[in-house]
Amino acid sequence: MKTVCWTSALVFTLLQLTAALPCVPADPARTHNQTELEMATGELVPTHFPARRAAKVAVHYLNTRHGSPFRVFGLQQVHKATAEDVDAGGRKYSLDFSATEWARSKSVFRCSAVVLFSTAQKTPPDVQLQCEDLQQINTTPQEEAFYHRYSTSDSPVSALDIPDSHGNMSQEMEPFWHLAGVSASFIMLRESSENTEFNMAQVASVTQQETSEKQLMLKYHLLLHDFVSQEILHWQLLSSWSPERGVRVLETQFLPKCPQATGPPSSTPDQ
Amino acid sequence: MRLFIAVFVLLVAVHCEELFNGDQVLRIHAESKDHIQVLKELEKDVDSGLDFWTHGFSTERPVDVRVPHASLYAVKDFLKENNISFAVMINNVQELLDRERAEMVSNTEMERNTKSFNFAAYHDLDTIYSFMDTLVASHSNLISKVKIGSTYENRPMYVLKFSTGGENKPAIWIDAGIHAREWVSHASAVWIADRIATDFKENRAPVPDVLSKMDIYLMIVANPDGYVFSHLTVRPFHRLWRKSRSVTSNPNCPGVDLNRNFDAEFSGPGASDDPCAEDYRGPSAHSEIEVTNIVDFILSHGNFKSFMTLHAYSQLLMYPYGYTGSNAPDQPELHDVATQANKALNSWHGTIYKVGSIFHTIEQASGASVDWAYQHGIKYCFAFELRDTGEYGFLLPADQIVSTARETWFALRYIMQYVSDHPY
Repeated sequence: MKTVCWTSALVFTLLQLTAALPCVPADPARTHNQTELEMATGELVPTHFPARRAAKVAVHYLNTRHGSPFRVFGLQQVHKATAEDVDAGGRKYSLDFSATEWARSKSVFRCSAVVLFSTAQKTPPDVQLQCEDLQQINTTPQEEAFYHRYSTSDSPVSALDIPDSHGNMSQEMEPFWHLAGVSASFIMLRESSENTEFNMAQVASVTQQETSEKQLMLKYHLLLHDFVSQEILHWQLLSSWSPERGVRVLETQFLPKCPQATGPPSSTPDQ
Repeated sequence: MRLFIAVFVLLVAVHCEELFNGDQVLRIHAESKDHIQVLKELEKDVDSGLDFWTHGFSTERPVDVRVPHASLYAVKDFLKENNISFAVMINNVQELLDRERAEMVSNTEMERNTKSFNFAAYHDLDTIYSFMDTLVASHSNLISKVKIGSTYENRPMYVLKFSTGGENKPAIWIDAGIHAREWVSHASAVWIADRIATDFKENRAPVPDVLSKMDIYLMIVANPDGYVFSHLTVRPFHRLWRKSRSVTSNPNCPGVDLNRNFDAEFSGPGASDDPCAEDYRGPSAHSEIEVTNIVDFILSHGNFKSFMTLHAYSQLLMYPYGYTGSNAPDQPELHDVATQANKALNSWHGTIYKVGSIFHTIEQASGASVDWAYQHGIKYCFAFELRDTGEYGFLLPADQIVSTARETWFALRYIMQYVSDHPY
């Protein structure tokens, strides 16, 4: 009897350990299984994906520079695009596009950008960008109020699933959602290539962190969607924000895909 | 509450005023002037309680009269004595009235059920399936529910057939929800099903014209197992599930991307052979029962002229091919139709969609349903990626469902009219 007990205990422990083993890692920028497509060069069709992907990279960059809890940009459409190979080994896109400010104003801004994708591995794209009339959106009052409310609050913010399955979120959570989108832009910009097209799919969780700095400190678990591979990528990150300094992403960690996934690492694997 | 009062009033009316119980309606054939004279005198006799439904007697046409139960034998004897032939047209007027009232109440309730269905919300599979039954019941002259098979987890797969009759008319296929997480596609299809039914009933162009020439088959949920899985609420939940739920060669990674499993350049670039990948093509073409069900149905029908599929997101209106960048033979025409359909879509809310082949607008994809359909001689094939462009992505707020559905309908309607005007 005793032997059975010990054996069971051992088996049980082993099972638990197995459950806790790290998941099979997947390369976050896993190149989609496709033949080396001859990427178009010269004048590009603005509605086709090469121009759109490059323009989205420029919009990620725009968000890292100008995003805030009350300002997030999305690509509206590409007007004109050209691509060329560059000597150093890479591809250079010249873009004329429009971006929409999604969070508040819904205004449309005309932008021009040069996006350089390097063929060297793990090198983020380089972006040069100009947009017209960005200064016309003034979100300072809302930002100040938001910052004051949450930097002086006694109870740190903590929430899950923004938006929820039905696309809904409380009004209170909207700025946190926008901040997540801006923070995600840092990652999406860094991880982009000609073979990816990222959007933020959902905020799995946000937890405000204690800090002595004059910043809002937020720990996020984000779900990114790559439209090319259709994968959902889990990232954990630590973001700081203040009206003066804007958004800075301090730490990022990719969470490898687990079996049964589109969900994060789980200690109870589903059957 | 209103319905309750209405039914109550009707019940009161029925029970307190059974005025016509046992009354009959006789159809009388007057064959001579004498007969007509008799009938005229009968009409003058107000005490008889006869209620003539036909006024003006002649030998040319029959005379219908409601005869109160109490007078039945007397009137019949009288007619026989005068050699006037008659037939019993309605055996019991009250019974007929009761049946009609019951039908009306039931119809009103069913209409209320579809009218009270909340189209501006995402519903689970059971609710959608019961909506389908209600819709069929409210429009039984137009719509029937066809089971085309079962899923991997043994759920029924249904297609709504919109038909004004006829044998194997040329047909249009529309499906939604082949990818589980694209909830706005199912939700739009629900709205569109109701819209087709209503447009037909209210004789709104072009639906009656299209349905006079063609049948429409609408599959609201093409991947029921995946859809159910995406509704699970136990954390970590699976709202962003895409594939089917079949067991694969990797016990840790179930599911196949149904839209990479069709036999159209299957195993070519633009899909994965890793079961853990979101675009896993499956072990072989049509390995997935959901795909086989659709393929078998369409092939055995044999007369589909258009194949359209609804997805989300990105706001794109596309046509074949996905597997190659070369133009499909019908590319110019398909591009034109898509461009016009896009204009119709845009006219509703100003939503901007882009038009092009799947390969060029999204990326290379092999094993896609639209390529398969096109390669089987179905010329007018289109794939939609509905709202939005990444702001909410798959988690599109429910309050955008109806606008999305309506603008999509404008495009579909254009295409359906075009297809029915261009038989081949």
